Amino acid sequence: MAKKIVPFKVPMSEQPACERVHNYQEVPLGYTPEQAMEEARRCLQCAKPTCMDGCPVNVNIPGFLALVADGDFQGAVNMIKKTNALPAITGRVCPQEVQCEGVCVLNKKFEPVGIGRLESFVADWEAKQGKISAPEAPTQSGKKVAIVGSGPAGLTAAADLARMGHQVNVFEALHEPGGVLVYGIPEFRLPKAIVKREVDYVKSLGAQVQLDFIVGAVATLDELLEKYDAILLGTGAGLPWFMGLPGENLGGVYSSNEYLTRVNLMKAYRDDYDTPVSRGTRVLTIGGGNTAMDASRTALRLGAKESIIVYRRSRAELPARAEEVHHAEQEGVQFNLLTTPIAFHGKDGRVTALECIKNELGEPDASGRRKPVPIEGSNFFIEADVMVIAIGQSPSPLIANTTPELETRKNGTVTADSASMKTSKKGVFAAGDIITGGATVILAMGQAKLAAKAIDEYLQTGIW
Amino acid sequence: MYKILHKEVLSETVKLMILEAPLVAHKAKAGQFVIVRIDETGERIPLTIADFDAEKGTVTIIFQEVGKSTLQMGQLEEGEYFENVVGPLGHATEIKNYGKVVMVAGGVGIAPIFPIARALKQAGNHVTVIMGARNKSLLFWEDRMRAETDEVILCTDDGSYGRKALITEPLKEILEQNKDIAQVWAIGPSIMMKFASLTTKPFNVPTLVSLNTIMVDGTGMCGGCRVVMDSGAKFVCVDGPEFDGHHVDWDLLLARLSFFKTEEQAATEEWKEKDHKCRTDSLFEAGIKAGQNG
Repeated sequence: MAKKIVPFKVPMSEQPACERVHNYQEVPLGYTPEQAMEEARRCLQCAKPTCMDGCPVNVNIPGFLALVADGDFQGAVNMIKKTNALPAITGRVCPQEVQCEGVCVLNKKFEPVGIGRLESFVADWEAKQGKISAPEAPTQSGKKVAIVGSGPAGLTAAADLARMGHQVNVFEALHEPGGVLVYGIPEFRLPKAIVKREVDYVKSLGAQVQLDFIVGAVATLDELLEKYDAILLGTGAGLPWFMGLPGENLGGVYSSNEYLTRVNLMKAYRDDYDTPVSRGTRVLTIGGGNTAMDASRTALRLGAKESIIVYRRSRAELPARAEEVHHAEQEGVQFNLLTTPIAFHGKDGRVTALECIKNELGEPDASGRRKPVPIEGSNFFIEADVMVIAIGQSPSPLIANTTPELETRKNGTVTADSASMKTSKKGVFAAGDIITGGATVILAMGQAKLAAKAIDEYLQTGIW
Repeated sequence: MYKILHKEVLSETVKLMILEAPLVAHKAKAGQFVIVRIDETGERIPLTIADFDAEKGTVTIIFQEVGKSTLQMGQLEEGEYFENVVGPLGHATEIKNYGKVVMVAGGVGIAPIFPIARALKQAGNHVTVIMGARNKSLLFWEDRMRAETDEVILCTDDGSYGRKALITEPLKEILEQNKDIAQVWAIGPSIMMKFASLTTKPFNVPTLVSLNTIMVDGTGMCGGCRVVMDSGAKFVCVDGPEFDGHHVDWDLLLARLSFFKTEEQAATEEWKEKDHKCRTDSLFEAGIKAGQNG
């Protein structure tokens, strides 16, 4: 019997835009158990589920949705955790519209099943029960793995390798574990209590985390290999790009990394923390990705009267998640599209205005997106007192500089086999933004899973 | 947690602390720096390493109390802890036999100059150190410096000790009298490093300065520390902290340094106003007295 199609998602209640721009709490308020079951029942339980192909970590989506529909939330979260150690995070930050939900059969004519919402729902439900279930401790292999970086790639690999019975040590340069999940993604999009919960879960599997440890400075990869049988590099893309424009180093011009790190990791938005940040009255954010949305929405919460995105292509090419753009617009972020910055202007060492030029769209470029072509003589100025450059980042050269035999590309990314994640150096694997440049949390996690599998094989066979 | 093993008050506003940080001590070299954080709500504060002992696993930091965070740091006592100490960060000074070198240390810059001067002397250099400060009470480590180098010249702005002069005066004289100075280091307040660089430029003597800019992570992630050289922007944390003083855009550097001045002043005022008033004031008084008696 054909299942009845319910065309729209069960609506998710959200904090109203006018309220939430004054706080750092999460925007969506989450489903109730009844709403979650109702939404899960929209799943058609396709014989050949396309949604799973769209998931970089192959979560058994129809399986967990069926359990949610039956009200077996614990069963659902257990099923997800078989392949995804961080469901509360991925449910919130995955670009579902181009992955699972994008290929959901319903999406052809109607709204897809709210897979992301349901994933975070069951993870949050489990946390509310007060007891996070960890699988039984496996037999120890006696092998040791060093994981460099405690972001999405590092945590995922740490969870998988610990469950395989290996001793795992995660090295983190900053004073908090989580990488981009704590320094980059704002509280209102991913509450830090959730990151802590997921880190604690990975620790409960047996992984150890050492903070304040900069691999490359405190120990080189060769020194780590004296104590560990394998290494996974999951250090992300931490080197911010600048544009090389005149006036770029004036006070008040931030990289998105600096701006967001001050606010997210160092909690500059809270009065009881010491790190300062310029709150600004008119804030410009240059770029159109998720980071740009995060920065522009943060500016409003810090008290800016106006927050403006400057992006060189049109709205259709914005690389940010659809939901982030939607939320930014709701909150009053303005979009200055088809606009390229050409110079920063300032007074007494501080930035006061951005000189821009208008573009029109030309032929598609290498990325397949239509290329912005400047319109001669269309220069104009946008006045602002804080400007955030959010145009991308590449991996930090810290490890490559101290490891000559580690092969890197011109843009600083490390080369690795796309199936085994093996780098050019024996015993060293890599996953996440360090090999792809700035990408998504879930892609990093998918690669980390491949790496964990390959590391396990290497530890068992010793074959490189 | 990183324990404070020893604390010394070097002058009214300058304090020394020896910290237990074996991983940092094991790798530290002259010219590198650490980032410390007092507690959960504290800033990440970059400080040049003043000394280190790999065997004992200790790192020495010296800091001047200039704002809320450093005042708060100054109140920590032996046996108490820093929440975080991370490093060693940045490139180490290139230690080799240059020949005759001059080291210019301004105020709290005496601290980072010391391990570099000592290493250079051990590498066979003839090392002259010019130590300068506003007044006598801000000078420290004269004995240690004399013991490890060939010559020490002291000067104060007010003439309370040594020559009444800015460090640029003896620096210029040395360069005029010695045509064979191979290299100059200048470490101290940015304005002092600027003028030391301007002094050596006509003599064409390579001059390295150690920059202490605004910084968050110290690993090349935020770019807040960027400094503009003739060749383009560099990150102090990973490209430095030593740079060729003749090619630094000093005016931009000074402007960037003062960027958070308003916020810093407000935080410092609030800190002094609150419950810390008595303690800070009595410390200042004790320091001033020590200065007057000494």
